[in-house]
Amino acid sequence: MNSVHDMGGMDGFGSVEREENEPVFHDVWEGRMFGLFSVSAGVLGPWHRGRNFPWFRFAFESIPPEAYLRMSYYERWFEVLSANLLRAGLVSERELETGYRDPDQPLPTLLPDPTETAPSGTSEAPTFGINDTVLVRNLHPRGHTRVPRYVRGKRGVVVTDNGVWTLQDTDERGQRLGNFPQHVYTVRFESQELWGNRGAVNDAIYVDLWEEYLEPV
Amino acid sequence: MTDTKKEKAGRREFIQNATLGAVAIVGGSQAVNEATVHAHPHDHQVVPDDIALRVRALESVLVDKQMLDPAELDDVVDAYENRIGPRNGAQVVARAWTDPEYKSRLLDDGTAAIAELGFGGAQGEHMVVIENTPDVHNFVVCTLCSCYPWPTLGLPPIWYKSSAYRSRAVIEPRAVLSEFGTELEGDVEVRVWDSTAETRYLILPERPTGTENMTEEELTEIVTRDSMIGVTKIATPQG
Repeated sequence: MNSVHDMGGMDGFGSVEREENEPVFHDVWEGRMFGLFSVSAGVLGPWHRGRNFPWFRFAFESIPPEAYLRMSYYERWFEVLSANLLRAGLVSERELETGYRDPDQPLPTLLPDPTETAPSGTSEAPTFGINDTVLVRNLHPRGHTRVPRYVRGKRGVVVTDNGVWTLQDTDERGQRLGNFPQHVYTVRFESQELWGNRGAVNDAIYVDLWEEYLEPV
Repeated sequence: MTDTKKEKAGRREFIQNATLGAVAIVGGSQAVNEATVHAHPHDHQVVPDDIALRVRALESVLVDKQMLDPAELDDVVDAYENRIGPRNGAQVVARAWTDPEYKSRLLDDGTAAIAELGFGGAQGEHMVVIENTPDVHNFVVCTLCSCYPWPTLGLPPIWYKSSAYRSRAVIEPRAVLSEFGTELEGDVEVRVWDSTAETRYLILPERPTGTENMTEEELTEIVTRDSMIGVTKIATPQG
């Protein structure tokens, strides 16, 4: 979806601020939140152990832009996890408020393990070869997608074929479109193709793109 | 209604709507208007005081409902605070600097070569290692979120997840590098790697001059996290 998470090329956010000797977690709750997400991912259904989670990515991207920018990183994690637990009926609002199980609510049952969706092992023939020039399709889906706005409609050159992967895109409600195994390519874009005269002759941007985002030139 | 109660109601409304697609935009924006009294301009914002309590309540109820083993959660936190971090990546780099055959395997199949040193797992399942040279300088960003090679670098620093870094790295990479103190000649090519799919990238920084007599173990000590993201070079050690 075209929201503020898709930040590549935006102006106005200022300089990159660094923190010397930054701790892994800035407060105890951040570590607990990270752990909650990692551990509870397995009981929430179609995503597992912190990967292959289009649903969770969709939920992040659905946070309204003003709120997304206002929240800290782990606040977003809290909102997404609690929203998904509510949506799945695994906790109630009252339980989230009180921190205790509502005795009227049955204990949730575990869902079966999701099927592994990392490289599918299928051997679809690639449509594109190394050094092929490709055009990124002008796609603007309402669901989760991995094609950043800044490369849509732009031309690049295939530099790597990363093999066959399942598509992670979702529909406008956050449901995965399906496995749709296909080749994922690393595509090199010249900076000036993306940014006109603001780009530099000697700069290039490399983006990993699923085959269906691309068309031949 | 007090401000606090209003904000709570707004948050509840947001949670109800946040994952319901288009509805979230309408339902959520009201929550935002009510909550903007706590607006903070950038990524270092102070978070509302009650987030710690809300997270504690969430953990508590999941434990109460037998959906979560708190000991498992303790293990995850401990692993990322104490064991999984850039010291792992530094070992990979130091090995590559001192063992040409290892370096060749690392650049050929990053995942397998990193696994030789015992590192792998979540967010490191498909690693590609890119070598920085005097002619080509590479660095990594995730414009869409925060993709990062956890087994070799740990969890990303705040700046890597910041709006400023994610927005600017691809459009003005040299200005961003300059803010990290990395000044490149005009004829050096800059390559920015946006981690948009399942591959996670680790940069193999240039070995600094003056380190020819250092052992692999000593070299491990000079490899920095930022140099393995690619935003800095490693300076020749002083003294």
